Amino acid sequence: MTKKGKTLSGIYIALMMLFLYLPIFVLIVFSFNSTKGYSWNGFSLQWYKDLFSNELILSSLVNTLIVAAAASVVSTILGTGAALGVFSMKNKAAKNAIKNVTYLPMLSPEIVMGISLMLLFSFAHLSGGFASLIIAHVSFCVPTVFLSVLPKLRQINKNMYEAALDLGCNPQRAFFKVIVPEIMPGIITGFLMAFTYSLDDFVVSYFTAGNVQTLSITIYSMVKKRVSPEINALSTIMFVLVLLVLLVVNVRSIKAERAREKKMMRL
Amino acid sequence: MIKLNAKWASYPYIVWMILFTVLPLLLIIYFAFTDRTGAFTFDNIEQAAAYLPTLVKSIYLAAIATVICLVFAYPFAYAMSRLSFSRQKMMTMLVMLPMWMNFLLRTYAWQALLEDNGVINSLLTSIGLSPLKLINTSGAVVLGMVYNYIPYMILPLYSVMTKIDKSLVEAAGDLGAGFFATFRRVVLPLSMPGIISGTTMVFVPAVSTFVISGMLGGAENYLIGDLIEAQFLGNSYDLNCGSATSLLLMVVVLITMAIFNRLDSEDAEEALL
Repeated sequence: MTKKGKTLSGIYIALMMLFLYLPIFVLIVFSFNSTKGYSWNGFSLQWYKDLFSNELILSSLVNTLIVAAAASVVSTILGTGAALGVFSMKNKAAKNAIKNVTYLPMLSPEIVMGISLMLLFSFAHLSGGFASLIIAHVSFCVPTVFLSVLPKLRQINKNMYEAALDLGCNPQRAFFKVIVPEIMPGIITGFLMAFTYSLDDFVVSYFTAGNVQTLSITIYSMVKKRVSPEINALSTIMFVLVLLVLLVVNVRSIKAERAREKKMMRL
Repeated sequence: MIKLNAKWASYPYIVWMILFTVLPLLLIIYFAFTDRTGAFTFDNIEQAAAYLPTLVKSIYLAAIATVICLVFAYPFAYAMSRLSFSRQKMMTMLVMLPMWMNFLLRTYAWQALLEDNGVINSLLTSIGLSPLKLINTSGAVVLGMVYNYIPYMILPLYSVMTKIDKSLVEAAGDLGAGFFATFRRVVLPLSMPGIISGTTMVFVPAVSTFVISGMLGGAENYLIGDLIEAQFLGNSYDLNCGSATSLLLMVVVLITMAIFNRLDSEDAEEALL
């Protein structure tokens, strides 16, 4: 690229970043404002104090974590099993049918997922609550686990498994010694993705939660009222948390990469 | 291939998906074609057809938002793919970071900016200009869609662009192609899978949203998502008619995806993962 091209693309990247981050920074700044509304009236931590004395928010946070933990554990078990099962199937048509069903929740609009489950629960006379909420969350989380484990199974070197058998492992032991460690990264990725999808979900929860308040649902009821400065404080805290998590993950992955490179060099 | 004998391990998943994904979708069809007593009827579909203008408006706003996302994300993804490796990693993280924040909060941020007494209007009045009507307009809804979903356009585009062999671009240049010819004949066709998956990933949530239109659009920008929400949880409660409306929305989404997947099926699937 020419020098001029480089400057231009640099400016463009900066402008897009401004667009992506400006609203978030505005919320952060005004979370420290001493009055309601959007004219600056001096620094205060009042909205943070209000936020932490808000019992509804704290209890919704606990509910959200319970649902996310339950949904991601169930999804991980179901999804990993599904990947192992599909991997051992020989029937192409059955494999394709399962894969197509897996894409359904990923491709249909969230609102359709939400109302279809709501119809099911009302049809089965299962009123909204933790059970229906967890079932709903598992339904949209489990495909991601399945799709992150399946490719790992395909990548396993066939010789390793056979070597384990030749060296005297019975198939079960070979499974736990060879296959499980190889697909572990896929299982962990799947679990983490399921957990974050569940944490972040609003639309499906909105239609299936009944009287259980999750954080998204509480935020929605607060946001509807317009200007509520506690939300600014909450946004700031969430932004900082996400930033920290991503930084830790990134630094760790960069370190791991460097360590791997060093190892390769020594070899 | 390793021979595993673990078919049974997928049975719980299959049962789960039939019970909680396929069956609920079939229930939508069932409810759409029956009345309250369970008798077969076309009334709901007819009623839903009366909401066609709402559907058209949703498709129109979502299409505009998708095009804007594509136009802005494309050069951005291209510029990103030309950065050094460590910078690329950092940029990917920066693009994903807002996505990890609750999307209600992101939309609320725009509410705060655009409101009649919001940040932009406070700034305008403080420098002596008259305030603008920003919130509760179609423009605000499109802006909200673009802001929330543009990462879904950037990331698939970026991932196909990093795979484009730079020597192909250079070869096109060596063979006498100018900037536009290189773009049209080399870069654009090779990035098609990214365009397709990005477009579906933006259009589908945009056309079915009810949160963005509800928070930024006001009463005038009532979209198909708002309608469905009102039919299931709001003041025009009617499960049968709501199912018919949802069916209509599903058909629109499926048609859109069929069109795009015909353009390029396998590659798009790859980029989606």
